[in-house]
Amino acid sequence: MTLAQRWAGVDPGSVSSEPAAEWWLMRAGDLHRLVSLLTVEFDEVFGPVAVDGVIRVRQIHSLADLPIGVTEEQETASYRLHETGTALRFSYGLGPDSLKSIVHPPRSPVWTMRRQDGSLVVDPALHGTTTRAVIGARACDIRALEILERTQTGGPHADPAFTARRSELFVVAIDCTHPAPTCFCKTAGQGPAADQGFDLAVTELDDPNGVVYLVRAGTDRGRSMMFALHLGYAPPRQIERRTRALEEANRDFIRELPNDASDVVRQTDHPQWEVVAERCLTCGNCTAVCPTCFCTDMEDRVGLDGETATRTRVWDTCFSQEYSHLGPGPHRASTAARYRQWLSHKLGTWHDQFGESGCVGCGRCITWCPVGIDLTAEIESLSLDPLSRPSEEMP
Amino acid sequence: MQHASPSPIVWPDSLDRGEPPSLAVWKFASCDGCQLSLLDCEDELLAVAGRVAISYFPEATTAMVSGPYDVSLVEGSITTAHDAERIRQIRRQSRLLVTIGACATAGGIQALRNGRDVDGFRSIVYAHPEYIDLLAESTPIADHVPVDLELRGCPIDRSQLLQTLAALLDRHALRLPTTSVCVDCKARGTSCVMVAHGTPCLGPITQAGCNALCPSFHRGCYGCFGPMESPNVPALRTQLELLGLDGAGIDRLLDTFNGPAFAEFEQEPESGPP
Ligand code: SF4
Ligand code: SF4
Ligand code: SF4
Repeated sequence: MTLAQRWAGVDPGSVSSEPAAEWWLMRAGDLHRLVSLLTVEFDEVFGPVAVDGVIRVRQIHSLADLPIGVTEEQETASYRLHETGTALRFSYGLGPDSLKSIVHPPRSPVWTMRRQDGSLVVDPALHGTTTRAVIGARACDIRALEILERTQTGGPHADPAFTARRSELFVVAIDCTHPAPTCFCKTAGQGPAADQGFDLAVTELDDPNGVVYLVRAGTDRGRSMMFALHLGYAPPRQIERRTRALEEANRDFIRELPNDASDVVRQTDHPQWEVVAERCLTCGNCTAVCPTCFCTDMEDRVGLDGETATRTRVWDTCFSQEYSHLGPGPHRASTAARYRQWLSHKLGTWHDQFGESGCVGCGRCITWCPVGIDLTAEIESLSLDPLSRPSEEMP
Repeated sequence: MQHASPSPIVWPDSLDRGEPPSLAVWKFASCDGCQLSLLDCEDELLAVAGRVAISYFPEATTAMVSGPYDVSLVEGSITTAHDAERIRQIRRQSRLLVTIGACATAGGIQALRNGRDVDGFRSIVYAHPEYIDLLAESTPIADHVPVDLELRGCPIDRSQLLQTLAALLDRHALRLPTTSVCVDCKARGTSCVMVAHGTPCLGPITQAGCNALCPSFHRGCYGCFGPMESPNVPALRTQLELLGLDGAGIDRLLDTFNGPAFAEFEQEPESGPP
């Protein structure tokens, strides 16, 4: 019997009723067994992979696909990976991919259409029964997954493509012991340790006797996986070390999301919108890497023979003029209007629409903006008296 | 002047007369690469051989039919007085005129001579400079006659050309991207070469269409598809300087394939109504 069958009756979202007192101890070999088990139990397993000097989320087939002994430096508009020579596998901050790339991919088929006996037949895309797991999700990514889920399934018309990819996703979280200087999850939601929304959560600790992994389960199916691996419990000494490592990580945050951000971004006439528009390229990198930005467009293609057509849902961005193109033209023609749309939706009107903030503080938009526009700095400038025109600092 | 954002194309009613629309392909100052993209579509074109009548295409067939034509694809830029007259004639014979490639839409690499010493070039390059009758500037087709649609690129993208033909044959809406190359980098999972490697890249100000080809090979974008819908050239210049390029290096990068088109955006973007 596979674990998938064992879980048949288990609600994947159900949180274990037992106290979170179960801490398992893994070593590298056990981690290898965990990844192998995931690849057996799930059709697709995703995890961190170093590609062209960047940690990306890609499909993995064994622990060997994960990076080892690398860390990254990131700042506004800059990301560099380098080797550390350690045996650590998760000692780096976030790369550009979030769980969005798994549950809400850049292109997703909607239907195909064909002519048949003088009429048009539509074949809706099948969303399939592919099961997926991901290892390496961070606390902010899990928060973002929940936010994204609300946007896609919270209303009366739940998106079937999202539902199919999300509902059975098995999440192995990694506590952030190395937050990047661009991160500010602490003031934006959950982090640096995952406290909910995972099946398993792992803390990696360097240890004189080799790297150790402390694991806790968030769901019954996570727990049954731990039992299947026959792991021993972690000694209290290691749990104390974990607490210390996370306390240290918690001190590392230099950026923050102020409590009044939601009001600050609603000052539609603040001169700062024009100031940031002088730097913004309207390139759309920020919305693409943001784990909660969900906007899409429909792309229709008709075959040259005129017999078939396909409709594909593709990522869109509010930084595009076409995005707001109505009859007379784009109603957010200026860059200032488009930057304001992004920030005031994410941090302001998202509250009205979905009852929470749309930002989890992952900092991706800060690192991957090619000109280094930093939303926390923009909020700071927007907090200044609109009459004293603030000056923009260069990265 | 390039059309920064292509407006929806209106297919002429004459295309409804039930016959295969006639297609002509014209060449001005260019390297032939864009026309060759059309030949490169041979498998697809065979499928539509009966649906479109190729009436004038010296690169592919010796048959020549005089106009009028339903659709003219025009490659190349205007560089001589004779060209300027010929494109007017072609316009008069064409119901729909589609320019293909950076030469036709922006003046092309040969526009490097614009604003420079053309007589000097002429006497260095040619044994008999007196035979060469050149206009001072290489200009896009749209500077001379109205253009219905532009397919950007150096060369154009095969798939955009086929989509255009498909839209034409079945009279459906055609939508070409107006956003940046970055949108394609992110969609295909290419890590940003500027942020991750410090490589200068024109992607943020360049219109998508090539599926972010160069960044996927770790090169910065060269701007083949010309300016995207709202290119902030001054802001990218500032960032390219931070990455170590000097003003001349940035000019050189911007000048390569679509120089005159990017030059139109050297000023700060106008702040429209917020
Ligand atoms: S707005 Fe920026 S920091 Fe906030 S969730 Fe999106 S990418 Fe992360
Ligand atoms: S804020 Fe940065 S990433 Fe976003 S559109 Fe502007 S320049 Fe691009
Ligand atoms: S590589 Fe160039 S085109 Fe791609 S995301 Fe970076 S700046 Fe944009």
